[in-house]
Amino acid sequence: MLLSTNLHVPDGFLSIPLSLVGWLLAALLVALALRKTNIYLSERQVPLMGILASFVFAAQMINFPIAGGTSGHFLGGALTAILMGPWAATLIMTAVIAIQGLIFQDGGLIAMGWNIINMGILTAFTGYLVYRLSARYTSSNRTALIIGGAVGGWLSVLIGAIATAVELAVSGTSALTVALPPMVGVHVLIGIGEALITAAALVFVHRTRPDLIRGSQIRPTDQSAKWIWVGLSIVLLLTMLSPLASSSPDGLEHVAENTGFSEQAQEPSYSLLEDYSIPIKGDANLLTILAGVIGAAVVFGTAISLGRLRQIEKTEEIDAHTSI
Amino acid sequence: MHIHLFDQFQSGSSFLHRLDARVKIVVGLVTILAVTLTPTAAYPAFVLHGCWIMFLMIAARIQVRPVLKRSLIALPFALAAITLIFTVPGEVIWNLPLTHWAISQEGLARFLSVVVRSWLSVLIAILLSTTTQPTDLLWAFHALKMPSMLLGIISFMIRYVFVLSDEGTRMHRARESRSASPMDGKKPKSLLLWRFKVTGWMVGQLFLRSYSRSDRVYQAMASRGYRGELRRLGTPKLETRNLILGAAVVLVAVIISWSA
Repeated sequence: MLLSTNLHVPDGFLSIPLSLVGWLLAALLVALALRKTNIYLSERQVPLMGILASFVFAAQMINFPIAGGTSGHFLGGALTAILMGPWAATLIMTAVIAIQGLIFQDGGLIAMGWNIINMGILTAFTGYLVYRLSARYTSSNRTALIIGGAVGGWLSVLIGAIATAVELAVSGTSALTVALPPMVGVHVLIGIGEALITAAALVFVHRTRPDLIRGSQIRPTDQSAKWIWVGLSIVLLLTMLSPLASSSPDGLEHVAENTGFSEQAQEPSYSLLEDYSIPIKGDANLLTILAGVIGAAVVFGTAISLGRLRQIEKTEEIDAHTSI
Repeated sequence: MHIHLFDQFQSGSSFLHRLDARVKIVVGLVTILAVTLTPTAAYPAFVLHGCWIMFLMIAARIQVRPVLKRSLIALPFALAAITLIFTVPGEVIWNLPLTHWAISQEGLARFLSVVVRSWLSVLIAILLSTTTQPTDLLWAFHALKMPSMLLGIISFMIRYVFVLSDEGTRMHRARESRSASPMDGKKPKSLLLWRFKVTGWMVGQLFLRSYSRSDRVYQAMASRGYRGELRRLGTPKLETRNLILGAAVVLVAVIISWSA
């Protein structure tokens, strides 16, 4: 039997608080991407990005076998980001994941926020960052660029998989220590497929339309991309690790007991919903995650503004040069 | 494989088909939320949810068999949750032979609940997409204040996804017909690399074709007055009847979850 592994998390596997955090983060980043692309893209780009989203969808149907009778499929986030820039790729991948979830039920609706982050935003920024780094330190040597694209593709799949595993663990759907090693192992292999296809596709585009590759290097997002990535990884790390860091998941209840707060909180005079057992009750986790997100948002914001500051300095430099 | 987004849609005139798309989206999301919030091991509630969804499907007069077949899509993901049966502490019901891994009752309950919740959610999502045209979903999301540029991108995707999937299929067929037996004089190892190389070139080729197609599409549309916005001939008024119907559908699922 050929078992297809993919990262489209269906509904029911992620806890509701975590899913809401994912939607919030995804919405923020997509809004940011819309703003960023609006600066240098016009209405001309709407058909371009829509059709490229169809391209990614079609390319994702390419399956390749990996060890043990399983197969993986091409994700395309890294390749799209390398060719189109990370912000445009964010929008393209968001469209792909939205259609897959909404029309084909490939990935859940409540879980879509994290799906967009795992398979769209993280893969795009990882692939792009590695590629740009290889371009910077090798003064855009062609072979180095291709290798950079391959490593970027490989790493993007791996990071997407790790993020997915951590989210499942935070939701209590799988044990991280048991699930992470096989998840990473499988995606190290799937990543090789992604790397080879990304590299070969880049070679092809290099040979036939070198202008497109050159075009992608002058996108004004280069400086900020690194900062966004740094911010994003901190956000993810903090958000996900915050509930894990608490040794007792009922930390809030513990505090409540110690301070005598629980006596006050108990026994409302009249209860509309007795045996109210919707798991939002596990507030301790929700609060830690929320606290994590707020903290991380501050870091993220700082990172972005730092990036922007640098960019403004750069453009001022350029302005100064050109005005002479 | 011929991909057509509208294949997912089954036409009809049931109350679910006629329900306002905006209402339907909200109803779908809240129902999925209610299902995923059903407590672990609340088996009667799971059965009730299942019956309710089945009732809606029959009431919508959609073909149940293809829907059930499609609903298996999320099943492989259950693999991710299978560790629960070993890691959740509880009463041991079975020891895995030759290992020290024990299956606990609580773990099994958690695992089954996760899988059932996810399956029910998929069924609801299918119900949404089989009773609503993709284009109706688009304007409904627009009415629900989704950013219009993103919706513009998605609307182009809806129109071109099958064009490009067919293009990919044609390229694949062309390759097959020109290099029927790649085994000729090649070792299996280099064969694998060769396959990836050809696949990558095909992906690159498909990218370039998409790129130039989008240019042609844009020029054609610009010449007809396209300004980058989504257009629709008026948005239908939100009827109270629709709101009440939607609220009723949601209420059933919410009550099932709450009473569990």
